[in-house]
Amino acid sequence: MELRGAIGFSEEQADLLDVAVNFCRDKSPVDKVRTLLTDELGYDPAVWSEIAELGWLGIAIPEEFGGVGLGLAEVVPVVEQMGRNLMAGPFVSTTLAAQAILVGGTDSQKADLLPAMASGTAATLALSEDHADWDLGHIDCAAFADGDALQLSGTKTFVTDAASAEWIIASVNLDSAPALIVINRSTVPDGAIRRETVIDETRRSYQLCLDGLSVPKTSLLDSSKTAETLAHLHLASNLLLSAEMCGGTASVIDYTVDYLQTRKQFGKMIGSYQALKHPIVDAHVGYEKARSHLYSAAYTFTQQGEGEIATRMAKSTASDAFSFAADRAIQFHGGFGFTYDCDAQLYRRRAIWCEAMQGDGAYHRKKLADLLL
Amino acid sequence: MANASEQELKDYREEAAAWFKENTPAEPDFMMPLTFMEVGTDQQFNFLRDWQNKVWEAGYLGAAWPKQYGGGGLEQVFQNIATDEMRKANGPIMLNAIGINWAGPLILDMGSDEEKERYIKRILSAEDIWCQGFSEPENGSDLGNAQLKAVREGDEWVLNGSKIWTTQGNYAKYMILLARTNPDAENKYKGLSFFLSPMDVPGIETVPIRKLTGEYGFTQTFFTDARIPADCLMGEEGQGWLIAMRTLEYERGARAGQAGGYIITMPDAAEIFDLAKDAKRGGAPAIDDPLIRDELVKFLIEARSMDLCHKRSRIGPLSQDKPMSLPLMSKLVSSEFYRELNQFALSIQGTKAAYYVGEPDAHDDGVWQRGYLNAFSATIGGGTSQIQRNIIGEHVLGLPKS
Ligand SMILES: Cc1cc2nc3c(=O)[nH]c(=O)nc-3n(C[C@H](O)[C@H](O)[C@H](O)COP(=O)(O)OP(=O)(O)OC[C@H]3O[C@@H](n4cnc5c(N)ncnc54)[C@H](O)[C@@H]3O)c2cc1C
Repeated sequence: MELRGAIGFSEEQADLLDVAVNFCRDKSPVDKVRTLLTDELGYDPAVWSEIAELGWLGIAIPEEFGGVGLGLAEVVPVVEQMGRNLMAGPFVSTTLAAQAILVGGTDSQKADLLPAMASGTAATLALSEDHADWDLGHIDCAAFADGDALQLSGTKTFVTDAASAEWIIASVNLDSAPALIVINRSTVPDGAIRRETVIDETRRSYQLCLDGLSVPKTSLLDSSKTAETLAHLHLASNLLLSAEMCGGTASVIDYTVDYLQTRKQFGKMIGSYQALKHPIVDAHVGYEKARSHLYSAAYTFTQQGEGEIATRMAKSTASDAFSFAADRAIQFHGGFGFTYDCDAQLYRRRAIWCEAMQGDGAYHRKKLADLLL
Repeated sequence: MANASEQELKDYREEAAAWFKENTPAEPDFMMPLTFMEVGTDQQFNFLRDWQNKVWEAGYLGAAWPKQYGGGGLEQVFQNIATDEMRKANGPIMLNAIGINWAGPLILDMGSDEEKERYIKRILSAEDIWCQGFSEPENGSDLGNAQLKAVREGDEWVLNGSKIWTTQGNYAKYMILLARTNPDAENKYKGLSFFLSPMDVPGIETVPIRKLTGEYGFTQTFFTDARIPADCLMGEEGQGWLIAMRTLEYERGARAGQAGGYIITMPDAAEIFDLAKDAKRGGAPAIDDPLIRDELVKFLIEARSMDLCHKRSRIGPLSQDKPMSLPLMSKLVSSEFYRELNQFALSIQGTKAAYYVGEPDAHDDGVWQRGYLNAFSATIGGGTSQIQRNIIGEHVLGLPKS
């Protein structure tokens, strides 16, 4: 049994981390985050354009399709810093949609869609359904061939950023096998997209009702690659969720430590009380472990076998670390912690969202048990 | 980092692997200590001293220490490789832990040329065993309050007081000693000085203390008008706290420079899998129980966490936010990990958790039971886990003192 992991950090990752630290801090201060909570779009289009200009949307897209030609490992530091600053927007949705096309798309889909995604046209995935199962192969939505068209039915849930996305890549059952299709959002009638009320108010998430919708057969991704693509999207999502959670954990700990260093009770700074000091240290230690797993997962992501193990470990540790840190953050702010104004709730809500997407800690540990024991 | 070529490192690894394969002794017919802290019999002591000597002579201990003082004069990577191969061969621990891991690096780092000349080689060869006189009966976690008195008389220091929990105190030739030279200093820290003290002088007496497992390994050490030469003082008078803090960085692995090898045998996760297959719960192998599987995976993840955090601490851009964070947390994380792992190993044994070493029907000869009790040596010794949390809270997160 190999208990050791592999970790490394490329120059490109270091450069991107450097730029992302400053960019995300400058563009997403918390008052801006709070303003956007009630904004229908949910993010600042001007910042989105800047992100596109920075080339971040093309980081993991090959140069021949207008991207930078790096991989998801290099996307990780960017998403980590977005998480650190609770930055909103369809960056992860678009990056993952591009991954779907890259791994599972036809040549013409790659040529048509990837350059646009790399330069800032938003896209998203529609993989979840009402059964709430994390297994992406569990699909109730259906497609029936009807001449040159596919008639769709069923409802997809947790379609993030669907309102801003130009393309939605959805999983359906076709001839009783999973298939992926590209839906052009302009063909979706208004009433078919409903905004969901979700716990993380920095997100925009939607249900997409496919009933009555039809798409041309050319919307199908390469059917020989569906299983591979779904497996890839599951792990890629978890990698980026882990990155976002690590960033969030670092920041909720900073936020809480600040309070412990300023709030006084019984004539002493509350941070001097070990009932607060020791748990926040435990939260910090949990964060450091999660971050080590995150960059190990980034480093090994493309390796068959090891990439899956490292990614599942990353999601499990990041979920535990973020949930614990944000939970304690509420408690350690006392009455203020119970208010909407205290930022602790922003992080706690986000931790719940991230953990619920693509498998919580226990789910990934179960998968790991089957792989390792 | 390394100037050595890949080929050189590969050759070295092969040589080391072959040497350990050839020379690692078979398990003796007496019970071996799990760590350097429970060397309780002469038989164990002699066996381990011979082994350390042999490893050093072969060049696989102190490989990266200066040649002129008995080291190998190589880059650190060579020692890391040697230690790695030692582990793979599952050899016995290095005996002279306090010598090779804290006193030695400390002397190389802050000592005079004369001190290096006098002590280093005999630390590596295990000819001179070292012990550590920091804790006292009344002052443990509050180390800065140490009260053992050292008074200068002519060209000698006269020592009075007592140290306790002195690991290998009864075998040691030398002690790194923290003593109070100025009871009237402006604060408790400034009154302390640091000594490299001989143990074989009249007035120093060690009394073995029995541990929770029933084994021995540490002593109470009494000083009654014990006279040691003036040049045993390390650094300047009043620098005791500073030097002691540096020592603790070596002890807790927060600073590199140790001679190499390992001083604690740790259960391998593979062993706990075997146990989980072996042990029965409700008539079925424990490893089929979903709750136990979840726990086992958590330990696997945690074992990796330690390795990855160690590796990440060497990656500048990924450790610069709080540079002392990863080094300062490693002792807390690893000591608690081994305590919890052993404890978990008991919890999957059903009624057999209640057996102990010596019972023929115990799982793995009771090693988990003994291992669990012994695991507290690391969660208490070297600064308790609670103190480690204070240190991380105050020095890494910047929280006010408790
Ligand atoms: C196996 C073993 C080997 C050892 N070897 C050596 C050796 O070779 N040389 C040597 O000098 N010492 C040695 N020690 C001693 C060790 O360093 C001390 O036991 C340790 O520092 C704790 O001190 P104490 O025993 O006086 O406990 P105390 O300091 O009395 O602590 C009692 C309890 O109170 C807690 N506590 C104390 N202060 C605080 C605080 N400020 N905040 C929160 N909790 C607190 C502690 O965590 C502990 O749980 C060894 C100990 C062990 C167990």
